Amino acid sequence: MTSKRLGLQTVVFQEAPRIIGCSTIAGPKEGDGNLGPYIDTLVDDPLMGQPTPEKAERMLLYQACQDALAKAALKEDDMQFFIGGDLLNQIISSSYCARDLGIPFLGIYGACSSIVEGLGLGALIVDGGYADSVLAATSSHYQTSERQFRYPIELNVQHKKSNQWTVTGAAAAVLSRTGAGPRITMATFGRVLDYGIKSPNDMGAAMAPAAADTLCRHFADTGTSPGDYDLILTGDLAAVGQKLFVQLVKEADYTLGSKHMDVGAVIYKPEQRSGAGGSGCVCSAIGILGYVVKEMHNGRFDRVLALATGALFSPVSNQQGDSIAGIAHAVVIEGGNL
Amino acid sequence: MDKAQKDQHTRYQQMVKEATPQPNRWKNAAMAFITGGLICTIGQLLYNLFEIIEPSRLETTAVTQAAMIALGAVATGLGFYDWLAERGGMGAAVPVTGFSNTITAAAMEFKREGYILGMGAKMFVIAGPVLVYGILSGFVISLLRAVLSGSLF
Repeated sequence: MTSKRLGLQTVVFQEAPRIIGCSTIAGPKEGDGNLGPYIDTLVDDPLMGQPTPEKAERMLLYQACQDALAKAALKEDDMQFFIGGDLLNQIISSSYCARDLGIPFLGIYGACSSIVEGLGLGALIVDGGYADSVLAATSSHYQTSERQFRYPIELNVQHKKSNQWTVTGAAAAVLSRTGAGPRITMATFGRVLDYGIKSPNDMGAAMAPAAADTLCRHFADTGTSPGDYDLILTGDLAAVGQKLFVQLVKEADYTLGSKHMDVGAVIYKPEQRSGAGGSGCVCSAIGILGYVVKEMHNGRFDRVLALATGALFSPVSNQQGDSIAGIAHAVVIEGGNL
Repeated sequence: MDKAQKDQHTRYQQMVKEATPQPNRWKNAAMAFITGGLICTIGQLLYNLFEIIEPSRLETTAVTQAAMIALGAVATGLGFYDWLAERGGMGAAVPVTGFSNTITAAAMEFKREGYILGMGAKMFVIAGPVLVYGILSGFVISLLRAVLSGSLF
């Protein structure tokens, strides 16, 4: 194989594409949370004045894309690909957003891992020389996810402590061969792992094995260890999932300690009644494109390993008794000389 | 699935069980008792009120039920019922107001897909099973009673 590959699952970008512009947008609950200061745009009305939350979600996504393009000082025509993914059936948020953007569209589904899948694929395309600039984006919405995966919003359900709250918002990043910004230097694409978890109330538990697998794979492939990174970020394992993740990683003889942060576990404050924490595509996206990128500009982090996890199932598979599979993708983001 | 995989799953499920926080059952039970009790007290108050107007027990019960269903629907529409259920759990779900909530919540949710294929078709998506098995078990019990007592009434 070429030198662009390391080990079994990791790719190395020789001309590491840069995140030259990125933007996050989210609702009031996220704004009140711990990561509120890292979100670029906060909206007061999660419905965005739209008649349905589905329409609102794609509007948030479109807005995030436009903001990211503006920050990169580029236009739609400068983008050769738009890679988008979301949680809704047939990824309608991304497709309708792509319709409005008019950029050649690659729709992806990696559940809540979409942003890292998008960044990884975008980096492959740019480093491969097939594009100069790629737009990668994702969205999620509490109300659209609740109705698709769970119950009507106003229904009398008492949430379990392991339940997670879907983050409302969107995030987008412009990846480019030239320009200034953090670089994506490596990506490890994960395998789908299923440890037999069946309850959609335990999504963190369903995703933790995949996260641990991809992380250990990454360390083995690259010969790195937790000490080589300033931060190891996971997307939305939340309180229960991250506990299991740390345990599984420890069994593989890696100690993460204070290097590890899970966005789902920290995005909301305890008094915000969100069960085990946040989830949804935008949860990890706010962590990566909000927290990590901003702190890199502040000089706090230089080398970050960002993992995003997804729970792969549908209400139909779940009702038919199938267990929930998990996936995790990882990218290495480096500040270097921004 | 081979045995090693099965063992791994069993082991992991044990890990999950240990990592998952347990609900505070005593607190939940107390909250459910208070919430359910409050709803039933409102029902009783309405019953006593209606009894003044219409002393027939059957009529008063029916009117009280209807009033509680209306109350549940209004509370759902105002966004109050899911707030109550988050705290009161089964205390909010079991009374007839909770049943009313399942229908109203579904109706509100699916109205966006239109009145026919949305609201009309999906209004009973949560309450449907309760109706089907409620009626079925009512029928079976009545049948048993009729057979055992040898009389239909």
